[in-house]
Amino acid sequence: MGNDAQTTDTAESVDFKEVQSTERFQELRKRHRSFVFPMAVAFLLWYFAYVLLADYAVGFMSTKVWGNINIGLILGLLQFVSTFAITGWYVSYSNRKLDPIAAEIRQGIEGHEFDKAGNPVSGAVK
Amino acid sequence: MIGIPSAVNVAALKDTTLLNMAIFGLFVAVTMVIVFRASRNNKTAADYYAAGRSFSGSQNGTAIAGDYLSAASFLGITGAIAINGYDGFMYSIGFLVAWLVALLLVAELLRNTGKYTMADVLSFRLKQRPVRIAAAISTLAVCFFYLLAQMAGAGSLISLLLGISDWGGQALVIIVVGALMIMYVLIGGMKGTTWVQIIKAILLIAGAGVMTLWVLSIYGFNLSNLLGAAVETANNPNVLNPGLQYGKSETSKLDFMSLGLALVLGTAALPHVLMRFYTVPTAKEARKSVVWSIWLIGLFYLFTLVLGYGAAALVGADTIKSAPGGVNSAAPLLAFHLGGPLLLGFISAVAFATILAVVAGLTITAAASFAHDIYASVISKGKADADTEVKVARRTVVVIGVMAIVGGIFANGQNVAFLVALAFAVAASANLPTIVYSLFWRKFTTQGAVWSMYGGLGSAIILIIFSPVVSGGATSMIKDANFAIFPLSNPGIVSIPLAFFLGWLGTVLDKQREDTAKQAEMEVRSLTGVGAEKATNH
Repeated sequence: MGNDAQTTDTAESVDFKEVQSTERFQELRKRHRSFVFPMAVAFLLWYFAYVLLADYAVGFMSTKVWGNINIGLILGLLQFVSTFAITGWYVSYSNRKLDPIAAEIRQGIEGHEFDKAGNPVSGAVK
Repeated sequence: MIGIPSAVNVAALKDTTLLNMAIFGLFVAVTMVIVFRASRNNKTAADYYAAGRSFSGSQNGTAIAGDYLSAASFLGITGAIAINGYDGFMYSIGFLVAWLVALLLVAELLRNTGKYTMADVLSFRLKQRPVRIAAAISTLAVCFFYLLAQMAGAGSLISLLLGISDWGGQALVIIVVGALMIMYVLIGGMKGTTWVQIIKAILLIAGAGVMTLWVLSIYGFNLSNLLGAAVETANNPNVLNPGLQYGKSETSKLDFMSLGLALVLGTAALPHVLMRFYTVPTAKEARKSVVWSIWLIGLFYLFTLVLGYGAAALVGADTIKSAPGGVNSAAPLLAFHLGGPLLLGFISAVAFATILAVVAGLTITAAASFAHDIYASVISKGKADADTEVKVARRTVVVIGVMAIVGGIFANGQNVAFLVALAFAVAASANLPTIVYSLFWRKFTTQGAVWSMYGGLGSAIILIIFSPVVSGGATSMIKDANFAIFPLSNPGIVSIPLAFFLGWLGTVLDKQREDTAKQAEMEVRSLTGVGAEKATNH
């Protein structure tokens, strides 16, 4: 059956300000932000550099490199490559650096055991 | 080198109407059965809006791709590349790179803090009523723009396939498509809609993949040869270079920047994409689904490059432009050139299915937002029970469905990708600043959120109304009048920075402080997943 109400039960009994000020949580927040912010700035700069080049450096982008393939097409395809690469990088970073701490803090609050996928292990509820 | 190809005989398309309808009918029949089966377990609001949070990351990722790869991506981008060459490729890149914003900054944090709608997250630590109302209004506005684009695509496709150019015939088919969509959503809820999207995503990507290989095989799997053939057919070497569409003047160059900005910042603010993150059990599955969809969507956009230049080379821009359905007909015409009536029938059925699935996703998002944010939280002040809320949602589906049908009947033959880019600009202006601020800026206040959302939404829509899209140009919606005092077609470059600025200004001028305990709760929950909505068990 549905269980809309269950989620707030744990939430209301927790002092989140206290959790927020713990060293472990500060560490998690730092690790998260120190990855996503620089990465977001980097890919946005690279994307806008590409848009500006396509907009204002038409001659350069039209330079043929190999057959009919020009620099514009290569840079465009490199946007695909960088997107796939950043995706893979973020996933591996989260798995190694973020998920373990997040599960540890969550476990401390909820009193659950969690498996590697972050799902509560059945029967471990206190 | 292959010379000018024999022109596609557009008149011959009519002979294949029955075949097209049979393939499309088969798709509808199969998906209806699945929707019926999926709907058996729809009991609670979480079931109806969020499919019981029971989908796996890869299923949801495929459904996200199904939701995202709309008629704009398939018909619109292929047509844009076929006619404007390199400038059309910009859509593919912007639509894909934008997913990094969703992956890095939004998806998991949103899954951890929300329940059904975007407004759940935005109003988490701010004042419920004003923020919820603003978020619901912007959700409805974005969904409406997006619906308009999909229906314009449906109109183009129908006029091409059935050779119907008379108003009444097209209207009738749009009514049929709209009625089908209402049935899917009413019966299936989010679970049924999700299954339709998964099936459609697989069909669309497979169909585009087959066409891509086919086109490449004609040119010996040599991209350079394909590009050369496109240049030859177009008789213009500039189809390979940027600037064919946007390089004409300083204003149009600025328009290109504006488009680029709206594309990359719009995705993570689209309400129907955000809502999909609630259909998975955990934040980790939300991450997996974004990764899965990035791969599928990226692959598909690589196909569109080949399909676009393939249509330019094999069909030719002039044939495409003069066909019924105009620029949006490039992909179906290419299918007809390659595989004759059978491939055209299959590709058209896929395109129809695409429109149907996306419209269903948009409709359920808009209905959930109205029922959950406006009806349950504002009108009945949280006293409505879940059953009444779902009932209201179902009624809203019918109202929105009828609106989409009417909008579709009046939508004209503008490029679908272009219309969707407007929806992206509205979403990026109205929603993204508030999403980012409320997740990452501790001091953000209600006044900042309200100023940013209404300011972004209002400026984007006003600028569109006074742009060449609506009046004053040869392709405008209203051709006979000219009140286009804003020169750009896409408002993003003005309205997005303005919305970010208003969010900051509203916050620093706000004398009231927000609840710091709520801020702490939101931050801890968003990063750790404590107390996040769980999957429902049946």
